[in-house]
Amino acid sequence: MTEHTPNLKAAKITGGVATDQRHDSAHKHVAGTAVYIDDMPEPAGTLHVGLGLSNVAHGTLKNVDLSEVRSAPGVVDVLTYADVPGENDVSPSGMHDDPVFAQGKVQFHGQPIFAVVAETREQARRAARLAKIEYEELPAIISIWDLDTEKDKQVASPLTLTRGDAAAAIAAAPRRVKGRMKLGGQDHFYLEGQISLAVPGEDDEVTVYCSTQGPSETQHLVAHVLGVPSHAVTVEVRRMGGGFGGKETQANQCAAIAAIAAKKHKRAVKVRLDRDEDMTATGKRHDFAIDYEVGFDDEGNILGVDYIFALNAGFSADLSGPVGDRALFHCDNTYFYPNVHAKSAPLYTNTVSNTAFRGFGGPQGMVGAERVIDEVAFAVGKDSLEIRKLNFYDPMGAPGDRNLTPYHQKVEDCIIQRIVAELEESADYARRRREIAAFNNNSRFIKRGMALTPVKFGISFTKTESNQAGALVHVYADGSVHMNHGGTEMGQGLHLKVAQVVAEEFQIDLDRVKITATTTAKVPNTAPTAASSGADLNGMAAQDAARQIRKRLAAFAAEKYQVPTDQVVFLPNRVRVGNQEISFNDLVKQAYLNRIQLSAAGFYKTPKIHWDRAKGRGHAFYYFAYGAACSEVSVDTLTGEYVVERADILHDTGRSLNRAIDIGQVEGGFIQGMGWLTTEELWWDGKGRLRTHAPSTYKIPLASDRPKIFNVALTDWSEAYEPTIHRSKAVGEPPLPHGMSVLHALSDAVASVADHKICPRLDAPATPERVLMAIERLRAEAAPKK
Amino acid sequence: MSEVTLVVNGRKVSGAVEDRTLLVHFLRENLNLTGTHVGCDTSQCGACVVHVDGKAVKSCTMLAVQASGSTVTTIEGLANGADLHPVQAAFKENHGLQCGFCTPGMIMTATDMIRRHPDGLDEATVRAELEGNICRCTGYHNIVKAILAASKTMSKASKSKANKAA
Repeated sequence: MTEHTPNLKAAKITGGVATDQRHDSAHKHVAGTAVYIDDMPEPAGTLHVGLGLSNVAHGTLKNVDLSEVRSAPGVVDVLTYADVPGENDVSPSGMHDDPVFAQGKVQFHGQPIFAVVAETREQARRAARLAKIEYEELPAIISIWDLDTEKDKQVASPLTLTRGDAAAAIAAAPRRVKGRMKLGGQDHFYLEGQISLAVPGEDDEVTVYCSTQGPSETQHLVAHVLGVPSHAVTVEVRRMGGGFGGKETQANQCAAIAAIAAKKHKRAVKVRLDRDEDMTATGKRHDFAIDYEVGFDDEGNILGVDYIFALNAGFSADLSGPVGDRALFHCDNTYFYPNVHAKSAPLYTNTVSNTAFRGFGGPQGMVGAERVIDEVAFAVGKDSLEIRKLNFYDPMGAPGDRNLTPYHQKVEDCIIQRIVAELEESADYARRRREIAAFNNNSRFIKRGMALTPVKFGISFTKTESNQAGALVHVYADGSVHMNHGGTEMGQGLHLKVAQVVAEEFQIDLDRVKITATTTAKVPNTAPTAASSGADLNGMAAQDAARQIRKRLAAFAAEKYQVPTDQVVFLPNRVRVGNQEISFNDLVKQAYLNRIQLSAAGFYKTPKIHWDRAKGRGHAFYYFAYGAACSEVSVDTLTGEYVVERADILHDTGRSLNRAIDIGQVEGGFIQGMGWLTTEELWWDGKGRLRTHAPSTYKIPLASDRPKIFNVALTDWSEAYEPTIHRSKAVGEPPLPHGMSVLHALSDAVASVADHKICPRLDAPATPERVLMAIERLRAEAAPKK
Repeated sequence: MSEVTLVVNGRKVSGAVEDRTLLVHFLRENLNLTGTHVGCDTSQCGACVVHVDGKAVKSCTMLAVQASGSTVTTIEGLANGADLHPVQAAFKENHGLQCGFCTPGMIMTATDMIRRHPDGLDEATVRAELEGNICRCTGYHNIVKAILAASKTMSKASKSKANKAA
């Protein structure tokens, strides 16, 4: 045992809350010793899986001949739907529409039909190619663009939000604009693809090491597929190589397949998807078709707005219903609509089932809102930023009544005015606006553009039961602490933040708190690490656990030393009891000897929130996170190619638990949002085959795509309006929509070719081709008619 | 099957491999050097970069037999015992990572980049030369910062060494 010598004179602990700690695994990441699931030592005899995927987008399976697959070298077994011991279903929505293996029919190109289990991964993948499958092809729906949001099939029930009378307000408005926007989807491109390693146990037991954001859900679905109670299944994950929502539900299928094979053959089984298969067979961010109509006055005040958010659900429900809901929840972004009507339409298509992706439909809602702002600005001939400011919700504490969302929640914490004002100043908006105009006047082919876009993002799961969390904290007799909670680590620094909370509670140095792998065996029934809620929920649960133990220690010290409990004060690495100081470690040792329980399960549920979906009313979000971004681009109007010259971001994370981590989230989120709206293009051919299924053709941002000047700051004055964990705010998703500033800067540059008289209606992703087409369209429209 | 012999992280190793075995699989599966990652399987993301005879190579683009006779350094061999290599230290110091999956490849690419530019690096060069390494988490800002910092430290160190030698 190593003796720990704490600093008993310290004025502050190292690594408490609101300090800028490095990622807890940073040392292991740089040394190459951080273990991802594919890096774990494989148990002897581990088998490997290769998937057999559908070659058509829609059809019945007339004949599936797997005889050559079975006789291929190294093949141990071939699994189909007939091998599923329980339910052939991994639907997270309970809709029973997500088969593990296709049965009778296939509904998208790339749908798993069978799995080869072989001695090596290479053998499994080679054998999978030998299947002879006859399909009877059926008509396939590949795109939502031409679908009818009333008549065509939807995978989940749509949502409608209504406040006031939008139709009447639009009809009575002095000005009106109507339009349609195409908004592309996005592949997660987590660097570590989907992977699961299942190890069979005794009786009905199995342990699955799975790169999943939702271990509890993976556990429940594996149990459902195996036909065993959840208590037989343990799911564990120490860290993921990226998630971004792509491992919220999409991890479940690989986990289920690995578990079926492991139980059947009583050997460990690993499923690791190849990148092309991962991109073909797993869900993505939904692409949308957004219809909008807005009525406004000559100043640019919005009077009424009507939206239809059609989203491409793919072949099954997955999370498409809630994703559509969240698009509606964010169709206001930071703007007050006096009258609003908005509806979602999660449409069925014969493509992969789309899923969660950082923002969960929220960014798509905001993109719709910002298009409407642009339309109004061009119509009244003003800078878009003026129109934005004109339509903001009332600031926090203002006496007005412009603060009701389309879902009837009052916005009580609006700080967007101050954020935008500070960003305008730090980004030097007004001066640069003039300079850009001057530059464009003197530059024939290269045109510059700039835009400043705001963000308001609602924090809470709209599925109420997901807003709960658990934690398990042990203090060992030597004073070292073991921390576990329901959240998962995918790079966002969640474990570090929660450890900081625990260190703060006990007033011990951060290195005394051991971070441990997330496992369903320690903390049950957890929400997926999603909706930006990881630190909010799990930080609170861990704080609760630590407080229980601290209270027991305080009560013990008070009794032992015969002082009132309020004279027991936890100081850095020590405890003051009356007039004397005892090291934390010594107090713990004494408590142990006196049989004090030094372990606790913590729990938290978010207060205040409620949501009535049928009525479209409720306090859906505990609070909102805010921010704004200003981007400048230069566009080559001969080719449509562009460069992001500069981006300035000011973002609100309340009283940040760890500014270094939060700034990293803002930088990464912005770049990811920029990629979504600019270069990342998912392209399906007429047969429903995804043709951009590798980084060769699917272009996520590279180091060279980063803005040349990139200034990111956090508001150092804000704090959460509600009593969140140490008054910090969630940070995972809210920065992603800052990428909108790049889309709108491109739009601004495009508009310059027609003297800013025509709204460019630039759709996304704004690839160079699409930018060039918009330029040509505007030039043609602006040309004098013959 | 072919016999390959190479020096990996200063240790002579050999093994019999199928001719088509990629270097990355030889490192990960035969030698258990799992710090080198497979990200895209198609030589684009750079998570698998190692040094072969001192040069950065995507180890999923090279056959193990092609590397036979070479000296290979992986992320596990970069540090000097407990002391991190300056590039590793800079990534850690400058928060040049989030999920960490791309980090080993980034560091190996960066180390080679710095070696090829002993007089120092500018930001434009770093950004251009990093195009073969994909990161989905960080937005590259802190990665570029880390490489520039490491380049500065290392060119200072090599200059002071050179001065001492002179």
